[in-house]
Amino acid sequence: MTALAEMIERRELLTNLTLRELRGKFKRTALGWAWSMLNPLSQIAIYSLVFSFFLGGIPEVGNPSGLNNFTLWLTCGLLTWNFTNSGLQATIPSLLGNSNLVKKVYFPREFIAASSVLSWLVTFLIELIVLCFFFLFFGQVVFQWIPLVVIFVAMQTLFVLGLALMFSALNVYFRDVQHFVGIFMQMWFYLTPIVYRTAYADEKIHSAIGRTIYGLNPMLRFVDAYRDLLYSQRVPPLATWLGCLGVSIVSLLVGWAVFSRLEPRFAEEL
Amino acid sequence: MTDITEVAMNSAPASITNKVQTNRGIGSNAAPVIVVEHVRKKFRLYHERNNSLKAALMRRRVAKFEDFWAIDDVSFDIRPGETFGIIGENGSGKSTMLKCIARILRPDHGSITTKGKISALLELGAGFHPELSGRENVYLNGSILGLSKRELDAKFDEIVDFAGLSTFIDQPVKNYSSGMYVRLGFSIAINVDPDILLVDEVLAVGDENFQRRCAEKFAELQNNGKTIVLVSHAMGQVRALCDRLAWMNHGKLEMVGPAKEVIDNYLGDVHVERFRRGPGAEVRWGTGEVNIDAIELLVGNDPTPVLTVRQGDQVTIRIRYSVPGAPVARPVFGFAIYRSDGVHVTGVNYREHGMVPEELSGVGSYDFVVDHWPVFTGTFDLSAAAQNINYTQTYDWWQNAVRFETAPGAFVEAEGVLILPGEWKHQVSKR
Repeated sequence: MTALAEMIERRELLTNLTLRELRGKFKRTALGWAWSMLNPLSQIAIYSLVFSFFLGGIPEVGNPSGLNNFTLWLTCGLLTWNFTNSGLQATIPSLLGNSNLVKKVYFPREFIAASSVLSWLVTFLIELIVLCFFFLFFGQVVFQWIPLVVIFVAMQTLFVLGLALMFSALNVYFRDVQHFVGIFMQMWFYLTPIVYRTAYADEKIHSAIGRTIYGLNPMLRFVDAYRDLLYSQRVPPLATWLGCLGVSIVSLLVGWAVFSRLEPRFAEEL
Repeated sequence: MTDITEVAMNSAPASITNKVQTNRGIGSNAAPVIVVEHVRKKFRLYHERNNSLKAALMRRRVAKFEDFWAIDDVSFDIRPGETFGIIGENGSGKSTMLKCIARILRPDHGSITTKGKISALLELGAGFHPELSGRENVYLNGSILGLSKRELDAKFDEIVDFAGLSTFIDQPVKNYSSGMYVRLGFSIAINVDPDILLVDEVLAVGDENFQRRCAEKFAELQNNGKTIVLVSHAMGQVRALCDRLAWMNHGKLEMVGPAKEVIDNYLGDVHVERFRRGPGAEVRWGTGEVNIDAIELLVGNDPTPVLTVRQGDQVTIRIRYSVPGAPVARPVFGFAIYRSDGVHVTGVNYREHGMVPEELSGVGSYDFVVDHWPVFTGTFDLSAAAQNINYTQTYDWWQNAVRFETAPGAFVEAEGVLILPGEWKHQVSKR
């Protein structure tokens, strides 16, 4: 617990490291911060084209919102996924990237991973705000759902942070981790109902055990939660709440435990 | 690095070093601020490093390694307000010790307890982001070193002034010269205002002017009662700055005590061991009509050659020669002394003293006697030569034949190369 107290005392450093990540991200690019918007926008355009136009994907119909718009429906899932994906993949090599700091200055090492995750959280939050205005453009006022969205964002952040702590620490010892996770993320993307409906997966999987296993995917819960709140405009079912809460707590505890276990020898192993 | 540091510290104004030695009251009874207890730290020396999962799985174990004890059962206390040095040769574990105190490394056994805010100057500008401006990096680096935004706001101008970078502060640091980079790093680190400052051989930074300001800042920290732990193998620096020293040797603690005592023992040990084998810089050439058989340093009436002399000693430089063949007409012997950093201290031959013999044969020696050795502390190389009267022929030239050490003697410590053999007089023109 002294470690936690120290982190709280030095929270200002966490802010500054996060700002460093954010400032460094688009330095020396002509478009600067516009890239943080252009990337997801182009991704949404491409995915809409491919999965809706060419492959004939259909969105869920929002209940009670009545929305039937593939792009909006896709975006809710895609932005959620992007936060987990970028937060994790950018953070895993972060200890290696900051090895000069780890070897020369003392400060809570968790901050390196956390600042990277937080910098992607900031990106995610900006994207969510832009998304709210998208909904407004399509005649949907979703601002009243923001408090609940924030709770899910907080839970997802803890979930990503836990995974990032664990894998970034492991990556110090085994540099394969980052490549392995890269492949795993591709698979995870298609195992999560982002470009297809959850119902579609349930139709395709015939055994009850298979459906249960499919439903264990924590990202499925988060994607459902944001779609419920923003697209359908309803409170997510209790199972979603509990699932997200449970998975975020477990992820953080396990991730932090692994990190703390491996942390003492970082300076030597890097 | 060492040599530069030594020069730099030696050239610091005498007033600074004197202040350091006189103005500080160190509470010898006060509770220590750093307690190192039976610390052991092992490193793994990997024979085949598995940085990949595949390698680890294939071999069904993590990796082959051998344990190496970088620190082996070391204990000492550091008291508040003192400047404590850790000395030792390369690989003695002194930097590892400092990193353990800084909490960058964690000991495998034993404990280190510290009281107060610690700042470590291990690498200057660690954590600078090349794309960010100097200003942004001051805030970032300061924050990494433990300063709050408010403290940084208050100190910002001082930091920038001290680094001498006012005009460049909004440029990205990747455009800085390495000197500017390090100066900014030093300036931030020194302004952290810690209770305990850990320093690892980083004082050799910047130009002479910056060096002097560093020395002043250092003295100021000492005067303000800050505890400083310094790792160095620049004996001049250590002697000038430290109150007490720990001498580490192959991971073990050899000795802890007052600086002077430890340095004397350290130099005695290290130099006897190393220099008897002959220094690597030794170069010798000549036609061989006259041979220099040995060059010896003698103190007082003791006939045993030494390698450490003290300021103020009566020192004899003895050149032993032999002429193997026919007598040689009018040979000239001489010697030169260089400090290890290349400063030419003196060159003496006896032609100017009117001692040149008409003819020399057989075996013998020439002595040059100095009543009060006037050279300041440091490491020196002694060369000797035998040439003909016009210096057109070299019989034997022995470059860097002897490396010796000058240790402080009864003289008051000051800085420079030579102790001028003069005295002070005082005239009052008006009362």
